[in-house]
Amino acid sequence: MRDIVHRYGERAALNGVSFEVRPAELFGLLGPNGSGKTTLFRILSTLMVPVAGRALILGHNAAEDPSQLRREIGVVFQAQSIDLKLTAAENLMHQGHLYGLRGAALKKRIAEILARVGLADRAKEKAETFSGGMQRRLELAKGLLHGPKVLLLDEPTTGLDPGARRDLWQYLRILRDEERVTVLVTTHLMEEAERCDRLVILNEGRVVALGTPTELKREIGGDVIVLETKDPERLAGKIRTQFRTDTNVVEGQVRIEREHGHRFVTDLVEAFPGEIDAVSIAKPSLEDVFIRRTGHRFWTESEESTAKETLRLRSGQTPGHEGKH
Amino acid sequence: MATRAETYPVRSDVQSDELLLPAFTLWWREVVRFYRQRARVVGVIASPVLFWLVIGSGFGRSFSSGGGTSQHYLDYFYPGALIMIVLFTSIFTMMSVIEDRKEGFLLSVLVAPVPRSAIVLGKVLGGTTLATIQGLIFLVFAPFVGIHLGLMVFVMAAIIVFLVSFALTALGFAIAWPMDSTQAFHAIINLFLIPLWLLSGALFPLSSASSWLRMLMEINPLTYGVEALRSALYPANPGEFSLIASIATLILFSLVMFGIAFLMVNRRTTKPAA
Repeated sequence: MRDIVHRYGERAALNGVSFEVRPAELFGLLGPNGSGKTTLFRILSTLMVPVAGRALILGHNAAEDPSQLRREIGVVFQAQSIDLKLTAAENLMHQGHLYGLRGAALKKRIAEILARVGLADRAKEKAETFSGGMQRRLELAKGLLHGPKVLLLDEPTTGLDPGARRDLWQYLRILRDEERVTVLVTTHLMEEAERCDRLVILNEGRVVALGTPTELKREIGGDVIVLETKDPERLAGKIRTQFRTDTNVVEGQVRIEREHGHRFVTDLVEAFPGEIDAVSIAKPSLEDVFIRRTGHRFWTESEESTAKETLRLRSGQTPGHEGKH
Repeated sequence: MATRAETYPVRSDVQSDELLLPAFTLWWREVVRFYRQRARVVGVIASPVLFWLVIGSGFGRSFSSGGGTSQHYLDYFYPGALIMIVLFTSIFTMMSVIEDRKEGFLLSVLVAPVPRSAIVLGKVLGGTTLATIQGLIFLVFAPFVGIHLGLMVFVMAAIIVFLVSFALTALGFAIAWPMDSTQAFHAIINLFLIPLWLLSGALFPLSSASSWLRMLMEINPLTYGVEALRSALYPANPGEFSLIASIATLILFSLVMFGIAFLMVNRRTTKPAA
């Protein structure tokens, strides 16, 4: 399999997004709502034609050569695509026919894939009797039925309990390792992004970070210290002059990235008695990476953040509407 | 948001298997789905039967079909009621297009390597099959209105019902495709399809209508469905138009409707597909 190259040009929702995904890797697309994840997903899955730029998957251009590409990718949507009135096997039979599979070969493949997602004993039951986790697994089976080399999943764990979530990720890893399937997952959950081999972080239609979770977190030297105080700007200024260290004020909290954070905290508390209401210290998370790159928290309302963005980026693009229905 | 509509040329080199297998499976799903929802089956048959019995009995003999022979209104209204069943079934099955779109089902079909024409063909034939079956079931009442249902009459009626079903389902598909709510779909039905049926000669004959109404009825394609069916069922009481002319009009109507549905589906744009 060849390397996959994705390129995008301008778009209100996606503003020049470029990245590459390697074969047989679990690749994450992390971003808050409105960051352009879904738009990107629609372009990759051939549902939408990008205004400019191109998406190359397995050498096929998603905009120009959709029929060839559709044969080779599997897509699992966030919305439910299985028919609840049909049984598990019937759903897959239908899906198989859409992909040109038929007869005994299709029957065999259905049995195989149902066993793989652990639904073999429920094959003849209607999907409406299934639990949320089972329905998701059936969705996954649908996406995998024709043996795609690339699997695209849009927020696959939405609405699943933690157990079912874990199971799903387990399946994705097995797929990657045993069948060398390239898996591209969109998510807005940090802990899911942590499980990817590599990921991009999207914010307002731009790539703000790209790398393995460890790499990204390593950029932040040492620990992340967050201080709560009544007057963050003043405290941040004081720390800056007294300790010659970078400080940031993010939503009323002072953030400092520093090695040997625990020792620094003692110094801080001694230096400014009574000014610090609360202290937290932690190893950097992907959210810290996001904050570092964008200057705001992951879950900030985009309206609030655009004000800051305008200062940062030369164009004050409003975040594109993702066009969900 | 910047949008640019792009129309891609329709590929003509699709192999028949590539077209027919997906179309078949979509057809199959449509039919299975319908019969697994009992309430839909009952509703679509029961309401026109009620309509037919209540209105038909209400008018009784106070109605004159314009022809020399006085017909009981139940008899006159019978083909119209059958067409009504067909109309309801055709149009309402295409509501599934909107439902499929709201769920992710349509998305999963759109990302499959399936020519768009297979989607229209499968869906429309699915609706057509259901509407035709429902319409023909209504023929069990034929003996009560004095119709002698010979093989020829039945075959003729089946062909007409099929054509009407096909045209109306394609129409329903074309209406439903760009919509994202079933409420809007209902509004269109009340505004547009019910009058289409009222002015089809189902309730009153063309001959009794005032001249402007008659003109509306003459340009209404559904009129030819009702007229053709009436001529087929009551050979002794020929309608306004010859059977052949009516059927030719119906075929044309079907093709135009299918063409429109087909064109709607083949638009591929930078806008969200669903």
